[in-house]
Formats: sequence, structure tokens, C-alpha cells
Amino acid sequence: MTNIKNAKGFWLSILLAIVFFVVVQFLINGALINDFYINTLFFIGINIILAVSLHLIIGITGQFSIGHAGFLAVGAYASAIISMKLELPFALALVTGGIVAAVAGLIIGIPSLRLKGDYLAIATLGFGEIVRIIFLNIDYVGGASGMQVSHMTTWPWIFVSVLVTIIVITNFTNSTHGRACISVREDETAADAMGINTTYYKVVAFVIGSFFAGIAGALYAHNFYIIQPSNFGFLKSFDILIFVVLGGLGSMSGAVIAAILLTIISTFLQDYPETRMIIYSLVLIVMMLYRPQGLMGTKEITSFFKKRKNVEGGPKDGNHHTVA
Amino acid sequence: METTTPLLKVDQVGIQFGGLKAVSGVNAELFQGELVGLIGPNGAGKTTFFNLLTGVYVPTEGQILLNGEKLNKLPPFKITRKGISRTFQNIRLFSELSVIDNVKVAYHSLAKHTAISSIFRLPGHFSGEQVMDEKAIEFLKIFNLDGFKDEKAKNLPYGQQRRLEIARALAANPRLLLLDEPAAGMNPHETKELMNLIAFIRERFSLTVLLIEHDMPLVMGVCDRIYVLDHGQLIAQGTPEEIRNNPKVIEAYLGEEVS
Repeated sequence: MTNIKNAKGFWLSILLAIVFFVVVQFLINGALINDFYINTLFFIGINIILAVSLHLIIGITGQFSIGHAGFLAVGAYASAIISMKLELPFALALVTGGIVAAVAGLIIGIPSLRLKGDYLAIATLGFGEIVRIIFLNIDYVGGASGMQVSHMTTWPWIFVSVLVTIIVITNFTNSTHGRACISVREDETAADAMGINTTYYKVVAFVIGSFFAGIAGALYAHNFYIIQPSNFGFLKSFDILIFVVLGGLGSMSGAVIAAILLTIISTFLQDYPETRMIIYSLVLIVMMLYRPQGLMGTKEITSFFKKRKNVEGGPKDGNHHTVA
Repeated sequence: METTTPLLKVDQVGIQFGGLKAVSGVNAELFQGELVGLIGPNGAGKTTFFNLLTGVYVPTEGQILLNGEKLNKLPPFKITRKGISRTFQNIRLFSELSVIDNVKVAYHSLAKHTAISSIFRLPGHFSGEQVMDEKAIEFLKIFNLDGFKDEKAKNLPYGQQRRLEIARALAANPRLLLLDEPAAGMNPHETKELMNLIAFIRERFSLTVLLIEHDMPLVMGVCDRIYVLDHGQLIAQGTPEEIRNNPKVIEAYLGEEVS
């Protein structure tokens, strides 16, 4: 019964999302909103994907990774090579971007996820920088001057990618596999003692997270006309980290809301990059003082709608004739 | 004692941390269905011994056999899947997870549905999750916790957190349950209830239980046999009656309590 109820909410959200999609598509087709806003919208979409993918790694699995821009870069370059050098279709470039980033996540994740806390943070930070420097030194992708990429990212691609990211990560989180990841975050020793293969779930979360970061990279690359290694420095990693922390560690809606808000703020402050960082810092300081758990804490938006619904469940579901 | 093969056989097990021998040369045998106590003064190595059994520490000497199968060097999660589950001395619940989810996490290794079926919400996911829900409720009912199932674990009162930890350990489907001071911090009434509960689950799930406890009357009252550790070494074993009268034990630790 709860499944049906959840399914209703699910289809309702999908319906709302599609309505939103159609409205925006209509506005774009009719040239009713200018390119500046369209571009901001695209950036919001890309940042939502990044925030949600990092949320799975930090907020759900509790692995403090701050090299997310590294996966963004891997996805961006991999997809750009597919579409520009090999001149294959964009859809293929998008998927390749994700897969290559996921493979990078697997390779980085297996050794580094044995580390904990600060050590893991430093290792992933190092990974992000290594990726940037590697691309800086490969002439095939243009080195420091970067790589020309045609503009192929369109609203439907952004929309579908965001939707798929959110659905996949929500579905993963709300399953026994997601709970295994949360148990790792809550208490790794206890999770281990309860038969959870903690390394496996850390790596799985890391790989899924890097896959979607790669997708975001592909969208980013094909939105920007040019990609340069300097776009993927550690400040970019911190931008993504801030979405997750500001939104509330463990809350996906929080990450999404923070990504939207901060993208809008930073778009309007584009001409004053220094001011942007000052405002970011101030926002974070104020946040840590007055609301250390982030905008949403660990709550999700949906929990406001079904406040007391949760408490029923079990007994009313009927059929309790399970054999022990 | 019947001459069946022991469920758990601990053979000359020890561990050394640098120059310190925390546990050394421990021999023990646990038979199917027994309730065995493990006692000893503070720092005797009881919890270290539990950590050796569950794979948190790898023994530097000796070996541990569960049903004749060697457990050495297996990681903790594999040992749990082989059938040894535990609770912790200082409660280690997944505090941000709900009560029912705590139990479901422990049931995870028995779940059939894959991450792929969950991501794409294939039919396997729904049936798998439903089985888990039903199982978890079943365990919570035994511990009278089903009324709190959606409460966060950290919001439960202390005594109920202890009970939830046992429920969670049970959900991992153990043959051998290790309880590390389950009655710590409970009042005599709660302790009595807990002991009845342990006796009940032991029957119902045909468990073997190894119990660390400081409450002497309690250990003497419920255990079939008792092992006594002191300074990392086994100094005595036997029935509660034998332990009560063992001069070594009295000397090490029971002195004032028993007289």
C-alpha cells in the first residue's frame, strides 16, 4: 500500500517536472526569455547534477571527498573527445563522459576509500589537481589553451539528465543499498559488524557519484564553447562541496535548493569574482554559526508533505502471516 | 557435556599490541544452544576477546573455528555472515536512521534484490523491500519496539536503545550472539526483563549466547557455564557453582562479592 502511495507522489512529481519542462521549452522556442536566463538555467541544471552526485558520496555515505571537479573534468574532456575529435553523436558523448568518469571513480575509489576523514579529503583533493595537471599537459586536448567544443547542450538534454540523476540517486538511497551506505556514514564499525561490506558500498557510492559528475561534465563542456583545465581547479570542487554542505549534509532537496540559490547568486555576481568568494565565505560562516546542520538538515522536502503519514505503515499494510 | 562438535572453538587465541599481550592463549568451546558467561575484572580483555571473535582484530596467535571453519583473517562483515553477531559495550546504533531501518540494515546481507533492481525500481526491489519490512517488524515486536519504528534511534530512551541493539544483532541471523554488557546502566527491573528476553530469543532462534556482564548475581543466575578472564588469560571455567568456589576467581575478582 505504501508503495502505491509513494508511486502516486512519484508520478505527480514527474508530471510537474514535465509541465515545467514544456513551459520552459515553449519559452525558449518562442524566444520569450533571453539567452542570459537560458544559460543560467543550464548552469543550474548542471550544478544540480553535481550537487546531487556529491550528496550521495558525502551526505549519504559520509565519505568526505573534495575532488569532485576532477570527475567533472574527466567527463568534460572524454565527451569532448568523442563529439569533437571522433565526431560521434552528442548522446554517445554524454554517456561516454559518465562512464569514463565512473571508471576514474572506481580506480581512485578502491585505494583511497580505505582512508578516513581528513586523509580521504586530502587524497581526493590531490586527485582533482592531478586530473587538472594531466589535461594541462596533453596536447591532444589543447593543453592550457583548452579545447574548442561546439554548443550542443540543449534544454531537453539538461532536463533529462537532471531528472535521471535525481531519480537514480533517490531510488538508490531509498533502498536497502542506500541504507547500507547510510549505516557506513553513521557508524562504520557497527555497519561492518552487521554484515555490511563497507568498502564495497563506499566504492559503489563513489562510482555512481562520479558517473553523474561525468554526465555533468559532458553537459558543461558542450555548453561552454571551450573547456580549459583551469575551469576544473579545486575552487570548482569547493563550489560543489558548498552546495552540499549549505543544503544540509544528508538532504538531497537541500543540495538541490542550495545549488539553485548559489548558482543564481554567482551568476549575478559574475563580473565581480572576488565579491562572489567573499559572499560565499560570509554565507558559510553565518550558516555554521546559526544553522550548522545546513538549510534542510537531513530532511527532504517531501517529508513536509507527509509529516504524520509515516507513523502508520506496518500494521495497516495487512498480511502479517510471515513464517518466522 | 555431550561430545558433539562445538559451535565455536577457540584454540590458543591471543593478540599482541606492540609489547602488550592483551589476550593470550585462550581456549574455549561453545556448544549449540548454550548460554555462556564471560567475566573478569576491568581491563581483563573481555571486549578484546569479542573483537577477536568478530574480526575487528586479527589474532596474532591461535585460531578460531566456527562449526569447524576457520575464521582467522576474515573481515568482520564476512564473519557476521557466517553467523556471529554482536552488540557493543557503548551502544553503537545508526543514530540518524529510524528504529526499523536499523534492523533492516542488519538484514541487508540476506536481501535478494540488487542495487540495479532498486535503481530502476524493478519488481524485485518491491518484493525484496517488503520482505525486509515484515522481517524487521517481526524482530521489533519481539523486543516490543514496534511502536517506535519510525522514531530516530538516537531519540529512544537508553534501555530501549540497548534492546534495539540486540534486535539489530538478531536480524543479522546469527547462530552465535555476542552480548557485550547488555544490562549496563539498566535498573534491576529492566535487567530482569532483559534476561527473560535473552532466554526467550535463545529458545526461539536456537541461539548460542556468549555474554559479558558485570552484574554477578545475574551472570550466576542465567549462565550454563562461565569463563573467567584476568590479565588476558583464562583463569577459570565451569558452572556458576564451580566459579563461585574457585579460589583463583575469588582472588582475582569475586572476593568481596561472593562472600
